[in-house]
Amino acid sequence: MSKNFKVLINGIIKENPIFVLLLGMCPTLATTSSAVNGMSMGLATMFVLISSNLVISLLKNLIPDMVRIPAFIVVIATFVTIIEMMMNAYFPALADSLGIFIPLIVVNCIVLGRAESFASKNSVISSIFDGVGIGLGFTLALTLLGASRELLGTGKVFSMTIYPEQYGSLLFVLAPGAFIVLGYLIGIFNRLQHKAG
Amino acid sequence: MFLSLSVICLTVAVLLAQVNKMTAKPIADARAMKLQNAISEVVPPFDNDPVAEAYLMPDGMGDSLLVYPAKSGDELVGFALNSFSNNGFSGTIRIMVGLDMEHKIVNYAVLQHAETPGLGAKMTDWFKESSKPGQSVVGRDLSKGALSVTKDGGEVDAITASTITSRAFMEAVNRAYSAYMEDASTGATASTGKEEHKPLVEGGDKNE
Repeated sequence: MSKNFKVLINGIIKENPIFVLLLGMCPTLATTSSAVNGMSMGLATMFVLISSNLVISLLKNLIPDMVRIPAFIVVIATFVTIIEMMMNAYFPALADSLGIFIPLIVVNCIVLGRAESFASKNSVISSIFDGVGIGLGFTLALTLLGASRELLGTGKVFSMTIYPEQYGSLLFVLAPGAFIVLGYLIGIFNRLQHKAG
Repeated sequence: MFLSLSVICLTVAVLLAQVNKMTAKPIADARAMKLQNAISEVVPPFDNDPVAEAYLMPDGMGDSLLVYPAKSGDELVGFALNSFSNNGFSGTIRIMVGLDMEHKIVNYAVLQHAETPGLGAKMTDWFKESSKPGQSVVGRDLSKGALSVTKDGGEVDAITASTITSRAFMEAVNRAYSAYMEDASTGATASTGKEEHKPLVEGGDKNE
């Protein structure tokens, strides 16, 4: 159990997909214009990560090495399609605001990366923990990024007003702001991690 | 190798078919709900089913718009028109424009757009800000001439720093009005008789 816990924490801090591995930058930069968008993108990716890790670690002995990448992609694409349909059915407003980035989870290198480097080599239980860990790390990073951009850009966090909108700078809601805020967050994260360990 | 990949694909196909079957109805419901909400937001109160009575009307610019008639009892009270513009800052803008029988805009709702957040995206509320009559299009009488932004000599204040989006919005509103006039000219509505008779061209089926 302590090993699994380590795997979980590893995904959130030591191998945080955004702040440390710098994987999956496309959805990270594009969907974090608000905290809600960032968080829902993170949760959708987490669902795909956990499910694909689970299935792939179950199938790892049945899939021949030569066709493992296509097999992984098929599994991942399935879960992405499922979550896309679910979102369209039950959260249409959210599906509208995330748009094309939901189907694009398929090509998020974090998901395939974890399938290839972790789930295909480890047991089912620890693969699930890895999915939860990396997924949480991704979700936390995206939520933090989204919240910072929303706060700096519009003076709100999760649509709650912190200060009047006219003092916000639109720059942070637009694309350049994503790069700037991400850069600072990575800097702060590295600094904190450096101090801690 | 082939076998295992085929088995995986087959399993996955069956699974997806199941999920698709499960979600098809909620997805259709959600879409219908969105349309219904947009219509009831933009026309005076009605008691018919505008979606069931919708029809296509040419807009005089080579396309056709879906028109949702709103009736109270047997009397027409207004029209919701599903209009669009391809001249937005990024991608197609689709709006639902509601007009009453006196050629006035009742309200509008933005159905789809990809404008810049914080700039062009403000159009979802900008043109119905009742406290700022300069920028609101609600209540404007379209029979007095097409709407345009002040920069182009019109009367409507454009969204700050988003003139392109504002122009596209005006285009969509004017498109809706010309379809409304086409409709009026066929004699379906009691209008002020200002319209000219254009031939009804069955061209362009750019509906959703």
